Amino acid sequence: MRLLTHNMLSSNIKGVTNGFPLRIEVEKVVEKQVDLNPDFLRSMFSKIDWKALVHAARSIGYSELPDEADPSMLDSDDFLRRFHHALLQLHLEEGALICPETGRRFPVNKGIPNMLLHEDEV
Amino acid sequence: MWYLCVFYHRLLDYRKSEVESLAQLFGAFDPEGLDQQNPKGHCSLEWRLPQHHHPDSPFHFVNLPSEDVARKIANRSILVKGMYELWGEGDSYEELEESIKSYPDERKLPYLESGSTFKINVDTFGKVLSLQDQNQRIQGLSYIPFNGRVNLKNPDHKFWLMETDDYGSNNGLPPIVQRRIFFGREIGGADRKLIPTYQLKSRTYLGPTAMDAEMAFLMANQALASPGKLVYDPFVGTGSILVAAAHFGAMTMGADIDIRVVRDGRGPDCNVWSNFKQYGLPMPIALLRADNNLPPWRPGLNEVFDAIISDPPYGVRAGGRKSGGRKLLKGAVSPYVVPDDKRTDHIPSTAPYSLVECVHDLLDLAARMIIMGGRLVFFYPVLREDDYVENQFPEHQCFKLIASSEQILSSRYSRVLLTMVKISPYTEEIADAARIKHMEFRENHLKWLEDGNLHSAVFSPADSNSNASGEGKLSKESKPKYRGKYV
Repeated sequence: MRLLTHNMLSSNIKGVTNGFPLRIEVEKVVEKQVDLNPDFLRSMFSKIDWKALVHAARSIGYSELPDEADPSMLDSDDFLRRFHHALLQLHLEEGALICPETGRRFPVNKGIPNMLLHEDEV
Repeated sequence: MWYLCVFYHRLLDYRKSEVESLAQLFGAFDPEGLDQQNPKGHCSLEWRLPQHHHPDSPFHFVNLPSEDVARKIANRSILVKGMYELWGEGDSYEELEESIKSYPDERKLPYLESGSTFKINVDTFGKVLSLQDQNQRIQGLSYIPFNGRVNLKNPDHKFWLMETDDYGSNNGLPPIVQRRIFFGREIGGADRKLIPTYQLKSRTYLGPTAMDAEMAFLMANQALASPGKLVYDPFVGTGSILVAAAHFGAMTMGADIDIRVVRDGRGPDCNVWSNFKQYGLPMPIALLRADNNLPPWRPGLNEVFDAIISDPPYGVRAGGRKSGGRKLLKGAVSPYVVPDDKRTDHIPSTAPYSLVECVHDLLDLAARMIIMGGRLVFFYPVLREDDYVENQFPEHQCFKLIASSEQILSSRYSRVLLTMVKISPYTEEIADAARIKHMEFRENHLKWLEDGNLHSAVFSPADSNSNASGEGKLSKESKPKYRGKYV
């Protein structure tokens, strides 16, 4: 699971009002090479919750992202590379996503987050 | 300028809409009409048929802004056999000669120069010509001043002589009286090599309803998949649709409710990832297990996908599932509380997911998550006894239906590929209406199912004014049968 995905997901358990961002529990992180596509990064930048991304990146051991970011930084190649690396190249292979409100674990196995709810949560 | 557009004689309903989608992708339309504030979403091209031709004929004329656009469309399309600059046409070879001779020299001579190489192909529709006959016809063109040398393998210019029979025989079209002959210069043609490369029988990981490669490419073309775009499939299965989108350079993302399909596959080298690896395509950005009925997207996240392409489970070949057990949704039992020590490996129960609810959820998700001007492309089943018209298809106020193409599956069922463009933003009111509808489905779905009238309950005319699941009344008029028989 890439951090882009993490940035899009929340806990949708019935009754949970604040299910985002999910806390990351790390067992194994891998790096996968992805071709850098500046257009894609630029269009994604406006959709991303930056704080959550910075936080998530730190929790899996990458702390090269600035705390604050604004669209003007997208002109810098260095920033794009870091953004690209955090968003698409870091991969949570094994671990879990934890609902910030209830503490429910959504397991991540073989890079696939399992977001399906149990019977008592729908 | 008008070009002769010759199609492969298959998937007739898909041909023009594919060309129109690609025309939009390659900028054939005035961008003024498509700007962010006022997205018309789609413009259509001008089409014309040769004299006496049936609309299902493989020969069409299309008006395109430039040769460059025509070439790009032809090269990327799946169903265009070729785009040609027409030099002449006629009902007989005498008429053809006259027509070619009257075509302006300044358009012809640059392609006939002595330094260039050329090749003439002969093609027929509805009959077969022997090699001898073909050569005879090529020699009959000696009135055209070809100064270049012939090169059969790699010519600079390709010319085509195309002949239709008088349709006396069974070629799948209603008979017409006159034959027609066309002569033109090739501008571009489809890369059908894609199809054997990607055909399902060479795919390592397959499911029972994996999308046929040709159709998957058509869907990706309808969705305008291209580099830098993000395409999502909420019913990803083995990823067969996303493979096609990835081939055209799009970033892909998929979800499925069945964890065995998305996570495990049939082993380390036989899963959704390996299907992408097999063709050297970039891996999907994300695969996840999620329920389209209760999607896990965070609040506030909207307009992220450029397109959603999907083949939803509509219960003909594979039924859909959603979270929650039958009895649970009915309220007969209270939710089963999973003991803490069993939570990790617990397999939550699922309930049947009806077509209408599924389509409702898909449209709601798409309305929220697709960018303005982005596309939703999905299959929708129809009973062939019904004469379906456009307003029978699902509707949503954020979307405009721009293409519907039928593919006949059996004598009773066919499926229709719907292409919709997002034309207005997703508002709070729409979200609220969708939530109410969602609850209605939750409350009534089991009652309908238990009463055995699920199908009539959801397909009843009373439902047709709802925003998501318009199903019109049934009528007994049927489409011309020859289409199902031969095509």
